[in-house]
Amino acid sequence: MSVNRQWHGWHFYRWDSKIMAGGALTGFVNGLLGSGGGMVAVPVLEKSGLDVKQAHSGSLAVILPLSVISAAMYWHGGRVALADVWPYLPAGLAGAFCGAKLMGRISPRLLHRIFGGFAIWAGVNLLLR
Amino acid sequence: MPTAMIAALAGFLAGTAGAMGLGGGSILLLYLTLVAGEDQLHAQGINLLFFIPCAAAALWLHQKENRVPWRVVVPTALWGLPGAAVGFWLSGRLGGQGTGKLFGLFLLALGIRELLFPPQKGFSDQQKASLSQKTHPMP
Repeated sequence: MSVNRQWHGWHFYRWDSKIMAGGALTGFVNGLLGSGGGMVAVPVLEKSGLDVKQAHSGSLAVILPLSVISAAMYWHGGRVALADVWPYLPAGLAGAFCGAKLMGRISPRLLHRIFGGFAIWAGVNLLLR
Repeated sequence: MPTAMIAALAGFLAGTAGAMGLGGGSILLLYLTLVAGEDQLHAQGINLLFFIPCAAAALWLHQKENRVPWRVVVPTALWGLPGAAVGFWLSGRLGGQGTGKLFGLFLLALGIRELLFPPQKGFSDQQKASLSQKTHPMP
């Protein structure tokens, strides 16, 4: 991998209103629901012209800093302790590697179907709780 | 199956789906609230903490494949920061019960949208290449 770390200036990035509104909405959902930021970020990124795989990997890069900020606020507000996450972390990291490797090989259409089906199932479960 | 194994399985699935940008967060969050019986806001906090190292690992792999469109990602993330603060404040006002129901509605709406109206491709291959190329700077 060779990445050019040179700073290209602010004009290099896209600052249109669609991206600003989408970004603010993504952060809002992430802070409010403690998840789901990615589910907002993916369609936002796709609307800005990226293909489905770029949008899905780009959403991670958007949500990561937002989750750091949100988690810091949750932690500071006494809602969660750092130790609470240990039971899930090792398996989660293993899953993250599998997911990232799998992504180059899975069809975008299938990604959408899995994503949509899962969201409906989860939403119904939460509402009926 | 012992609880620790189910917890690990939930973590694994959440990591996998999260790495693919598939809302892995909701898998762990649903496990924590529906199965483990955690309070909604506590579960959301665990979920956020859990997501940070998993996303960092997956992002590193995606970056190696030059799959991350930094040109769009950086402004989106920057505009999300004030949004996150407002969202956090509102979750405190709504409480665990209200936030949980809101999360259910959110998932349902998103799932229906995803199945019925999948997004169309927007840019040409050339434009996409310009959005994510090897000369992209790290933010």
